[in-house]
Amino acid sequence: MVEIYNGGLPVEEIFNKWYKLKWGGMLLTFVGIVRDDGGINGLSFDIYEPMLNEWFKKWEKRVLMAHSVGNVYVGETSFMCAVYSKHREFKLIEDFVEDFKANAPIWKYDLIDDKRIFADDRAKKLPNAGILV
Amino acid sequence: MERVKLKVLIKFLGPIAREDLEVEVDSSIELKEVIKQNVDNEWLEKIAVAVNDKIVSNLDDIKDGDVISLLPPVCGG
Repeated sequence: MVEIYNGGLPVEEIFNKWYKLKWGGMLLTFVGIVRDDGGINGLSFDIYEPMLNEWFKKWEKRVLMAHSVGNVYVGETSFMCAVYSKHREFKLIEDFVEDFKANAPIWKYDLIDDKRIFADDRAKKLPNAGILV
Repeated sequence: MERVKLKVLIKFLGPIAREDLEVEVDSSIELKEVIKQNVDNEWLEKIAVAVNDKIVSNLDDIKDGDVISLLPPVCGG
């Protein structure tokens, strides 16, 4: 299961929890921090949890993931993931993040003066998009 | 012959969010028409569709009780 939090992630608490699992000899952690970028004061997210958890099943034996829902302000963290393996395996986290970006049912909005604007320029169509036309 | 009506629930996700819509339709063609009446035209070519939380490549096999989720382009992280 993906760990979902309202607002910014409690990074240290999540990291400590994951670190204590000791699933392997290497824990590689990715922390996504909201940048001060293009006049935004933050990001905001919607998630469709049933499909997110279904998508995550193929990863969950080796990957941990936490994501925010709702508003996350500049300097806060909206996304964390970590891979465990016996030895270093940097490609696994890259493959995971690529799949995440293309397929996880999460929608991002820029926050400008706390108003949500869909991040159309960064969004990717899901497989078979367009069948309604 | 009376046509069998299929009752389906439509979910509008992310930037097209609105209340779930329960409708009765007699075909996938009618279902598409109902969706088109409730989603702005500009979104249609971008939306993927899941039936009971699985993305589908067509709507030909819609059954009574199905949940139809409309999924705009995604961007997590």
